[in-house]
Amino acid sequence: MLNLRLYMLQRLTALLMAPLVIGHLAVMIYAIQGGLSAAEILSRTQGSVAWFLFYGGFVLAVSIHGAIGVRVVLHEWGGMKGALLDGATWLLGAGLLWLGAHAVWAVTFT
Amino acid sequence: MTASPTLKVTIERGPSGAEVFDVPQYDNQTVLDVVSWVQQNVDPTLSYRFACRVGMCGSCAMMVNGVPRWTCRTHISKVLDGNAVTIGPLRNLPVIKDLAVDMDPFFDKWVAAEGIHHGGLTRDDPIAPVDEGSAEREAANAAIECINCSVCYAACDTVAGNPDYLGPAALQRAWTLLNDAKDEGRQTILDAVSGKGGCHNCHSIGSCTAYCPNELDPLAAIAGLKRETAKSFFKRGR
Repeated sequence: MLNLRLYMLQRLTALLMAPLVIGHLAVMIYAIQGGLSAAEILSRTQGSVAWFLFYGGFVLAVSIHGAIGVRVVLHEWGGMKGALLDGATWLLGAGLLWLGAHAVWAVTFT
Repeated sequence: MTASPTLKVTIERGPSGAEVFDVPQYDNQTVLDVVSWVQQNVDPTLSYRFACRVGMCGSCAMMVNGVPRWTCRTHISKVLDGNAVTIGPLRNLPVIKDLAVDMDPFFDKWVAAEGIHHGGLTRDDPIAPVDEGSAEREAANAAIECINCSVCYAACDTVAGNPDYLGPAALQRAWTLLNDAKDEGRQTILDAVSGKGGCHNCHSIGSCTAYCPNELDPLAAIAGLKRETAKSFFKRGR
């Protein structure tokens, strides 16, 4: 149930996610030294275009990557196909994007 | 310890369920010998398929204790569980009767993967030179011994979950032709293996390579197709 386009999208988003996850973990370990509060985090992320792009890019990649991965599970294990499978893929992608974008917006702009 | 003189042979016979037969054990007895003994001595209605009996024709593959095998080249002594063995029709294919399966889906996918010769020359053209030492020819030679027995197709868990998937044998044939200097269907093959049932559905589980009786490596062939289609994607957008 994967054609070349979906396969490439999933691999390219994986390539994008790998450095972003490592960056996220590295910054987290570095920043937590000596204690860290929510207010401190927000003071660095709010208004930061760089952090918006970092986590915005991550959320976008996760939405695409995750939706395609679950699509395969739904088809091979759940027997779902056709328009229902396409609909479920889009719904999952949109749902992940909405949840993630909501969080990114909250820590970088509001 | 001496071998038991009688084997408990369970044969899966489709909707009518499984039947157990007592079969005398001999030296150098193959699984196909056991099935033939039942058909010739107990139940002449037992349906199964074979031809060459020497591992050349690819028609006698069955599930033996849940594992796809050439029955003509498998000694019963190697697969016995105590003195018992279970023999069933090949997995992932529709059963016609007893141990005979309908191979049409398997061969239809062979054609759907463009596992056919794409010639560009006429009889008046000189014969295309083949460089036996080139990397492409070595890749093509690697799978040339496939005899279409469908053992890899029966072993494939991706086929089991995704009936549209072309399967290891057809994709391996596509990879062979892609590397063949005499085949001119490169883009046709790449397009054929890039669709919704194409090579990108493979999870690289590797059962095809693990169970191939000819010790071929369809998994590597599929990985090759993934590489070539990815290159084509960056160059041509498809």
